[in-house]
Amino acid sequence: MTSPERLPLEPPDAPAIPRLVTSTAAIVEVTDLGKSFGGLTVLDGVSTSFAVARITAVVGPNAAGKSTLIKAILGLVRPDRGRIVVNGHVVTRDWDYRRGIGYMPQAGHFPENLTGREVLSMLKHLRGPSAELDEELLDAFALRPELDKQVRTLSGGTRQKLNAVIAFLFRPPLLILDEPTAGLDPVASGIIKDKILRCRESGTSVVLTSHIMSEIEELADSVVFLLEGRIRFDGPRLDLQRLTGHQSLERAIAVLMQGGAS
Amino acid sequence: MKSTGKILRYQLRDVIRGRWILVYTLVFLLMTDVLFRFGGSGDRVVLSLMNVVLLLVPLVSIIFGTMYLYHAREFIVMLLAQPVDRTSLFLGLYGGMAIPLAGGYAVGVGLPFLWHAGGGAGSALGVLLLTGVLLTCAFTALAFLVAVLFEDRAKGFGAAVLVWLLAAVVYDGIVLMVVTTLWRYPLERPLLALTMLNPIDLGRVLLLLQFDIAALMGYTGAIFNRFFGSAVGKGLALTVLVAWSVLPLLVGLRRFRMKDF
Repeated sequence: MTSPERLPLEPPDAPAIPRLVTSTAAIVEVTDLGKSFGGLTVLDGVSTSFAVARITAVVGPNAAGKSTLIKAILGLVRPDRGRIVVNGHVVTRDWDYRRGIGYMPQAGHFPENLTGREVLSMLKHLRGPSAELDEELLDAFALRPELDKQVRTLSGGTRQKLNAVIAFLFRPPLLILDEPTAGLDPVASGIIKDKILRCRESGTSVVLTSHIMSEIEELADSVVFLLEGRIRFDGPRLDLQRLTGHQSLERAIAVLMQGGAS
Repeated sequence: MKSTGKILRYQLRDVIRGRWILVYTLVFLLMTDVLFRFGGSGDRVVLSLMNVVLLLVPLVSIIFGTMYLYHAREFIVMLLAQPVDRTSLFLGLYGGMAIPLAGGYAVGVGLPFLWHAGGGAGSALGVLLLTGVLLTCAFTALAFLVAVLFEDRAKGFGAAVLVWLLAAVVYDGIVLMVVTTLWRYPLERPLLALTMLNPIDLGRVLLLLQFDIAALMGYTGAIFNRFFGSAVGKGLALTVLVAWSVLPLLVGLRRFRMKDF
């Protein structure tokens, strides 16, 4: 993956940098995705693909279109144009492809009067009979004693842990994690990062968003950088650092942001 | 719609455990019981309850229904990321709200009639219970429609209150205005049509016709009595009441299926 030649940094007003990796198989393929909300363009011709058994970080400033991209993949947002293929299924009105996705939203909200155990059993019911569940995080977070309490009595962090458990529970081939460590203490975010890395080893594809650059440096194989609804960089993380001539990812991203803003 | 039952099961559990549904039931229970204790016969209790039911049931249904759907928003996102279709989810959520509300109402009003041995209010009580349940379904459906149409909660609540005001208060004022300005013309039939269009008015007429006081409404009362006394009239009234649940729910569902979360 590490090619020796230095890639020139593109001028800021140039079109999106073409993708640098195309060789690996893709679990998600996005082609010319466009979406606007009431005249405001949020995604403007986004094309990319997420490789199998790789961790891809979608980064960018606030309101760059990260969440909309993720939500379009999940079928929560209906794109105006473009095409998304997840694991061979074209995302349209069809909903069964989501069986293969584990999603962790930014914040966990569950029916307040249900217990954690009931929330889990509701999801198990909805998914129907499945292979052996992955309850590793339940033990790692020491969450079992909390499961019989009603959700409204749980702290924000505990709900977020429950959210993480749900994302990994059904051993999906694709994990979509929206700021997975936000609101978690260092121990818990360590646990979740280890879990993400182990999942990749066993062949799970991961798409995550984060504003924490050290976390992306630790986890991501590839980076998709979004700015104002367009892809500004798409490729291996190490290429991004080399491309911008900056050793730290934080600086490299900062260069991209400024380049796009001018 | 294959997941509706599964969603309904857990939503029901959530709503029934919430204290407000208990309070709602107790309010009707106490009110009905007190009316009996003040020496009312079954018929008179039904008549006294009528106006409270016609105002309170739609108000509570539309406010709580709207609140419930806004409150469930993040969980809806979570469920939509599962292999669940939107129609199942919407109907499951609707049932999870309408069933406890209708049940709470029916239990609250019905139980005191049981332990006070009814006082021979048979058909009037039946109409009261049916009207209340159908109004609950209609205004919960309207609540869901409002909550789906308005992204902004504050606007949504405003719209919900407005819908209730329109149906419960303003509509009668308009009808009255029509009657007073056009008093020279025979208005019985247009009035009948106007009454059919508003679920609350329809409920009121259906209930009043259970009592002898319908005779006091004069010629209009006689026309109403004849129309709603006939099988066609009853069938039509029931159809309109049910349509007030079905149509808003269908329009809401259409929007829900197209919506971006």
